[in-house]
Amino acid sequence: MEELLTFNYTIPGDDFTRAGEASSSVKNKLKKMGLDSNTIRKVSIAMYEGEINMVIHADGGTITVEISSEKIRMILADTGPGIADIDKAMENGYSTAPEEVRSLGFGAGMGLPNMKKYTDYMNIDSTVGVGTTVTMDVRL
Amino acid sequence: MNKFIHSVQLDEEACTGCINCIKYCPTQAIRVHNGKASITPEFCIDCGRCLRYCPHHAQTVSYDSIRDIRDYRYTVALPAPSLYAQFNNLKNIDIVLNALLSIGFNDVFEVSAAAELVSEASRAYIREHMEDAPFISTSCPAVIRLIRVKFPTLIPRLLPIKPPIEIAAEIARKRAVKKTGYAPEKIGIFFISPCPSKVAYVKSPLGIEKSSVDKVLAIKDVYPALLEHMTDDESRLKPLASSGRIGIGWNNAGGEAAGLITDNYLACDGIMSTLRVLSDLEDEKFHGLKFVELNACDGGCVGGPLNVENPYIAIAKTKKLNRILPVARTHSNDMEDLKDIDYRWNECIEYEPVFRLGESFRESLEMMGLVEELTEQLPGLDCGSCGAPTCRALAEDIVRGEATRNDCIYIFHEYIGSLSKEISFLTRSLNLSCSNNDDSIHLLEDYIQKLTTELSKKER
Repeated sequence: MEELLTFNYTIPGDDFTRAGEASSSVKNKLKKMGLDSNTIRKVSIAMYEGEINMVIHADGGTITVEISSEKIRMILADTGPGIADIDKAMENGYSTAPEEVRSLGFGAGMGLPNMKKYTDYMNIDSTVGVGTTVTMDVRL
Repeated sequence: MNKFIHSVQLDEEACTGCINCIKYCPTQAIRVHNGKASITPEFCIDCGRCLRYCPHHAQTVSYDSIRDIRDYRYTVALPAPSLYAQFNNLKNIDIVLNALLSIGFNDVFEVSAAAELVSEASRAYIREHMEDAPFISTSCPAVIRLIRVKFPTLIPRLLPIKPPIEIAAEIARKRAVKKTGYAPEKIGIFFISPCPSKVAYVKSPLGIEKSSVDKVLAIKDVYPALLEHMTDDESRLKPLASSGRIGIGWNNAGGEAAGLITDNYLACDGIMSTLRVLSDLEDEKFHGLKFVELNACDGGCVGGPLNVENPYIAIAKTKKLNRILPVARTHSNDMEDLKDIDYRWNECIEYEPVFRLGESFRESLEMMGLVEELTEQLPGLDCGSCGAPTCRALAEDIVRGEATRNDCIYIFHEYIGSLSKEISFLTRSLNLSCSNNDDSIHLLEDYIQKLTTELSKKER
């Protein structure tokens, strides 16, 4: 499939004040492309959740957003601790976030379930000790 | 009706072409070309932020004149609650309201009284539609305009209730017709406004087809006219005031939310903070909120650019005034004519995708690709010398066909450099060859001509 436009972002690991900058930037670009608001909302929420996850769990990583005429693909790759039990991580409310993160209002255990909910396809490729790559598609 | 009628305008003569305003516009609606600023009407939301930052006062607001009261047989003044916050040690609102009669109005109706009714209607609406919460306040027209062009997913969250100025105007006209027997169009309803966005609202309303307000005056014009007519001799004051703390509290940030009698709200003021809150709301970062109050101006309506007093001093003055007032003085079941008011919007707000690059997704996508490429080539200083607020904004303008690469002074500098190199090369070849001197001289002349033309284009 023809890939028309790609955006690359580096997500810093330890800075909560910057978490959400990448998803916000993508959201603004999608608005300028005249995509329907529901699609933008789905991409923006799913990507924000993923971006926050990278900050909380994986000391940052990279996000690639590929836009084609059929879909928007988001690839979130990190070299963090990996997810030991993906099925468990997908359960609503399950979280391994440390207490200091929860006290900031994050780590409610809704990140991955929300990413799944707002996308049409999601794949998690994770190896403990090596890292995690989450691929998500929102169809156009 | 034109959806993009504005009250904020540019005074070309006063504009020096400096780039202060382009940097402060929250929707990047201003460009400076050929030494003069211009506002893109589709992007402008009439927040008035440029007014505050223009050192030459070239941004102006078009509003009406108090002399217009001669055009009507009977006039009613609708003072915004911000007006009361302009005066020092005001202990009795009737002093201001009686002064409004002295300067020529036949009657007054306080917008703060209507605000108490709107608070009541909003409480009822939110109670009945809790499943659609949080609701976003719709009393600041600049915020609605911002949502209309930038936050389509939040349009369904707009509280579909008319703002206090509209309810005040409807009641005022109805009462005036009843009292005088004149035809409704002979009655002039004059709103005394703290901001340009409400001037624009009256010309091009949101949520309703036509506003009942006829004319809009600026607080800064009415305030000095009132001063000489103000008297605290209570025996000479007609009792006119009919609002309390809830209604008058609407003049500052958090006031509208306070009228809803819930703790479950967010109140934000200032247009840049509002942008951030809207973006976060869009990403569903808040949960369980009932109400979101957003004010384009710092401090709320008392921060509007048509006020006289510093907004924070105005808030302190309002607090002092409110200490002696009851909670509320106008209730919908107080009087017969307040019972059948229709508070609801009767027109939908529709998304206006004015920032879209192309006509279709495909075209916009291609244009975005070009924008990305161009942005990479630009110096990334966001210096504003090209007349656009950022390098990315210039890239978008170039892709839209509204600017050229040479508008960037750094790129232009390189371009002139390359032309100069070609000239020196030509001069050298001219020295070396004696056979075709004429041709070389012509070429040289052409180049010098080109250089001069390019440079003169840049001159203001």
